[in-house]
Parts: sequence; C-alpha cells; structure tokens
Amino acid sequence: MASPQWLVDRRSAAPNAAEFVMPSTDEEVWRYSRVADLQLSDWSVVSERSEGVPADAVTLLESLGHLSGAVVVRNGAVVAARLDDALAAKGVYVGSLVDAPNAEAALGVVADGGPDVFGRLNDANFLDGVLVDVPAGVTVDAPIAIVDWIDLDGAAVYPRLVVRVGADADVRVLDWHGSTDIAAFVSPLVELDVDRAGRLSYGNVQLRGPRVWQIASQVSRVLNDGTLTSSHAGLGCDYGRMRTDCRLVGRGATGNLSAVYFGHDSQTLDFRTFQKHDAPDTNSNLLFKGAVGGHSRSVYTGLIRVEKDARGTNAFQTNRNLKLSDTAWAESVPNLEIETNDVKCSHASTVGPVDEEQVFYLESRGVPTEIAERLIVAGFFDEVLEEFPVAAAVPLIAAAIDERLDAGVNS
Amino acid sequence: MGELRIQGLTAEVAGRQILNGVDLVVKSGEVHAVMGPNGAGKSTLSHVLMGKPGYTVTGGSVSIDGVDLLSLPTYERAKAGLFLAMQYPVEVPGVSLQELLTEALSAQGRDASVVHAAVAAEAERIGLATRLLDRPVNVDLSGGEKKRNETMQLAVLRPKFAILDELDSGLDVDALRACSRRVEAATTEFDLGVLAITHYSRLLEELKPDVVHVLAQGRIVASGGPELADELERTGYAEWVEDEAPTPAVDPFADPFADPFA
Ligand SMILES: Nc1ncnc2c1ncn2[C@@H]1O[C@H](COP(=O)(O)OP(=O)(O)O)[C@@H](O)[C@H]1O
Ligand SMILES: [Mg+2]
Repeated sequence: MASPQWLVDRRSAAPNAAEFVMPSTDEEVWRYSRVADLQLSDWSVVSERSEGVPADAVTLLESLGHLSGAVVVRNGAVVAARLDDALAAKGVYVGSLVDAPNAEAALGVVADGGPDVFGRLNDANFLDGVLVDVPAGVTVDAPIAIVDWIDLDGAAVYPRLVVRVGADADVRVLDWHGSTDIAAFVSPLVELDVDRAGRLSYGNVQLRGPRVWQIASQVSRVLNDGTLTSSHAGLGCDYGRMRTDCRLVGRGATGNLSAVYFGHDSQTLDFRTFQKHDAPDTNSNLLFKGAVGGHSRSVYTGLIRVEKDARGTNAFQTNRNLKLSDTAWAESVPNLEIETNDVKCSHASTVGPVDEEQVFYLESRGVPTEIAERLIVAGFFDEVLEEFPVAAAVPLIAAAIDERLDAGVNS
Repeated sequence: MGELRIQGLTAEVAGRQILNGVDLVVKSGEVHAVMGPNGAGKSTLSHVLMGKPGYTVTGGSVSIDGVDLLSLPTYERAKAGLFLAMQYPVEVPGVSLQELLTEALSAQGRDASVVHAAVAAEAERIGLATRLLDRPVNVDLSGGEKKRNETMQLAVLRPKFAILDELDSGLDVDALRACSRRVEAATTEFDLGVLAITHYSRLLEELKPDVVHVLAQGRIVASGGPELADELERTGYAEWVEDEAPTPAVDPFADPFADPFA
C-alpha cells in the first residue's frame, strides 16, 4: 500500500533516527528519567506489516462486553477494525488513520510534532495510526476499544492515535497497550481533540511486557465547555513513561486527569503532566496515585500553568505514592505557574509507607498483617478506578494489581 | 470460664514509662470499669494490650486463658479472643466493612458467609444506618457513628474479651444507650468479659460494672464495687493525682475529644 503524498512529505519533514538528539536529563522534564540508557540504534523500525489478529487481543475484546467499535493494531499495522453500522451512517469513523477520508486534516491537529523529539520520531515513523472521529452532535453509547498489541522482538514501534470529538458529541474510548513478552521500544503519540461542549472519556491501560521500553505522549486540546476525562493505568514495561499535556483553550473547558500506577521488580514508571489553562473559567483536576514495591521507582512531576487571560480558573493537582519496600523509591515534584490572581489552585503530594494506624486497626479485628496491607493498597487505587472511563476494563486492571500484590507487597 | 489476666504490666512510650505495674483479672461475663484522669495511661493500657506499634512492654504479663498475648502479633491477639473498641477509630479508605469482617473471620478459620446477615442484624440492633455499611471503614462517619460501628463489629466478631476505650466519648445519649446495652447483652449472650475504660460514669448506667478500678499514674490505685464510680463522679480524681492541680469536678459537657493522645 503506497502512502499518500501528503504523508510522504510530512514524514520527510520529520527528523530521522540519525539526526536524533537524545534529550538530556539536565532538562527538568527528563530529570530522573532513564532516557540516557536508550540506544535508538538497538531497535529496528517495523518495515513489514504484521497480519492477523492476535488471540490475546480477541480474548481481551471479548471480555469488554458490548463495544460500539473496535480496532486491533499489531506492531503498528491496523489488522482489524469494526464499527456499528448505525454510527458509521452518522459519520463516525473508527479505523486506520492513514486510510481515513480526512486523515490529513486530523493528523497533528493537536500535537503537530508532539511535545518533544519522540513526538517527531512518531511523526516520521508511525505506520497506520488510528483515527476515532465522532462528528458534532453524535453520542456514541457503548465504548470504542483500541488494542495496541506488540509481539515483534527487537522492534521500534510508533503507535499513533487521534481522537476527535465534535461539538456536543460524546464518546468513551479505551486504549489498551499490551504485548507479549518481547523486548521492544515503543513511543506512542496520542492526540485528543474535544470541540465545544464535546465530552471525551479516554482510558488508557499500559500493560506491556516487562522488557518493553515505552516513552508515550498524550496531548489534548479542549474547546469551550468541552470535557476531557483521561485516566491511565501504568502497570507494565521495564521503563514506562507518559507525558500528558492538557490544554484548556476554550472558556469553560474541563480536563479531568487521573492515573494509577504500580511498579514492582526493577521497573521505572515515569509521569510528567502539564495542566495548561489558556482560557477563562477553565477547570482541571488531576489525581495520580501510585505504589512502588521491590526495587521499582516512580517519578511524578507536574506543572499547572495558568495564563494571564485564564481568570476564574480552578486547578488542582494531587499525587500520592505508597512506598511498599525499603528498596523502592518514589519522587514527586508538583509545580505551579500562575499569571493571574483570580484562580483557585492547589497541589498536594505525598510519598510514604502504608499507614501504620490503618494496618493496626484492621489487625486489631483479626486480619493478618499481610492481608491488611493488601486490602489497604488495593483500596488506595479505588478512588481512581471507580471513575475509570470504561468500567469493563476495571476488573482487568484490578486483576493486574492483585497479581502484583500476590507476589508480596514488600518485595 | 475464661479469664484475661494482666500482671505487673509496665510499658513505655517514646522513652517514657507510662504504665507502672498494672494488675487486673477479668473473668468471662464480668464487666470491669477502669476510670481515671486524662493522661493516666488508660489508652496506653488498651494499646499495649492490643499490641499497637510504638509501645514497648518493659515487664509483666498478659494472657487469655493461659495463652501469652505479649509475644503475639496483633491479629493473633484478636484470634486469641481480644477485641479493642478504639477511642479514635481509624478511617481506612478503600476497605469496606464487609471485606474487613470477612477477612477477619476467615483468618480465624471461622465461617465468613454469615458476615452480611450478621452485620445487617447487628446494625439494626445498634441503630447504625444501613446506608453507612457500604462506606469504606469509618470514612466520613460522625464520632457517634464510629462508636456504633465499633460496637457492631464487636458484636459480629464475638470476642472473648473486649476493651472499650472511652466508648462513651463523642456519643449522644441515644447512641450511648444503644452501645452500652449491646455490650451488656453480650456479657450473657456470649459470655463476653469487658474492660470498660471511661472517664465518666454515664457509660455504666446501662453497662453494669462488677468491679470499678481507678487508674492513675500508670497503675491501679483503687478498686471497688459500682458505688466507687458514683463517688468518683462526685469527688473527681484529685486524691490520686500528685503534684498537679486537682482535677476539676467532672464536667459532662466537656469536649470528650480533648485528650491529647489517642
Ligand atoms: N504515642 C505517644 N507518644 C508520646 N507520649 C504518649 C503517647 N501516647 C501516650 N503518651 C503519653 O502517655 C500518657 C498517658 O496517655 P494516655 O494513655 O492516652 O492517657 P489516657 O487515655 O488515660 O488519657 C500521657 O502523658 C501521654 O502524653
Ligand atoms: Mg485515652
């Protein structure tokens, strides 16, 4: 399949791996990251299209109940796409981005080139990409699921997802990042575009295998009175990074950002968030909750940036971390930059062990210490999981958390 | 007939000796009141018995029916039959009451399938609104609701001995009556032995003590019948508080949460 000319032009404008300059950990946004350990030349960009739907993806989709549409992407190639006829008739599109009728207009509309050099690599190298396009006024009742699956050892894969939600439209999207137990480098770029009074609930589950390196970016733009709810579960990868840039550009726009993460073994989970208030009366609410066990590490750095024009802004940022073992490590750095007085802003951040008083209380009723700690850690994530955009994914996330807890919270 | 036996118990907190040799024997079905001024070491005694971290036992022994408690972790003390209704019940976000009680019973090899029905029945009896039962443990409950919740758990778990640490603080009259009646009934229903720590005698109107002890400066300084509680109500604890201003006559409207430590 030949790429359209506009895409060829677009790709050639992006830097290739040879010109790539690795970011330095001196930059605040890369501090504590493991980017210095990355050798792009170790990984080969996928050149052949994978075919066939992996059985794991089928099982996963079946466990999600009724879906309005689904896409399976294998090593960057769209291998299956489906959408309810009634929605297609209303102009909804779910499928390969490159093949979409309005691909050129959709691509890069929110994140032209992405926020950093990995976004530009994605521009140059993504294979098919996925587009979910919901025209103005359309409500999509059941969720749309994307399974982004990787099973090619040694590959560099650049998944691309664009979700466009028209004025007053409403949709829920589940973006599942999975893999077999291969070693791979993955750098997804997700663009979320919410038009006036549109509502997008986007849930992302990162459960890649333990030898995968992922450096992901999610960039969103919310127009007047639109609402973006974005929730992330970060569980997999050797190094799993996600940068979130949420731009509230229209008056009355809202961005609800949440995440759960749970590191074990020697994982590093790395989160950078930017809540950017460009317009008046905008609201952002961020809650990231994580646990680290074993030798794992987590990094959270967040910035709330309120521009001069963004009067009447409400912006909240909370990051809570449970440190489950002596050898685990969690870093949390919240930040505010506010250019106007008329705002309500707060940030809170904590890193600490499981609350001793809580454990004692449960134990005093006869619950053994380990079970008590387990209940508390599992319960710690409830607050976020209860609000996860696609409820059918919650038991799967909870099961992955339980698996880590089964392995022992202190080790 | 079982017994909770405390002998010569000494303990320190933050490097300071708080319990100076406590001796007490509570038999199944008996109610012992432990009264004393603020700071006497009443909560410390309850925490040491249950094995709360941060307290160091420096001497003495505690046993239930001959089983040494001090060498056991907290959950095994519960299994041995001890229950502590805390002065300040802890909020545990994300953990439901059902989960808590199910795990507690299962760990003791008891039938956990009864939890749902038992909770419903006890909540009704103690006047704990059913809508509160689905909340995470103690989260967003009022002081009184927390104490009803403690009593409800006691009734579901049916321990051999219960320590009630100021069950009466933060309770309105109705809740106090419901809770104290429930505990009193338990002394005959399942032969519960009770160590009721309290500041005021009002708890003891429904929960009839067999013995009343005065704890001051970390030891039992007096013991007597129920009449001792009435006497304390009138005279206060001045007699037992050395080198300090006499405790003012007990004010029933005083803030019961004014204690500096849980
Ligand atoms: N965790 C603690 N750290 C330091 N001191 C404590 C602690 N708990 C209790 N104490 C001290 O022990 C003494 C007895 O406290 P407590 O047992 O709470 O008394 P009561 O319950 O009789 O009012 C007080 O002087 C208090 O300051
Ligand atoms: Mg006390």
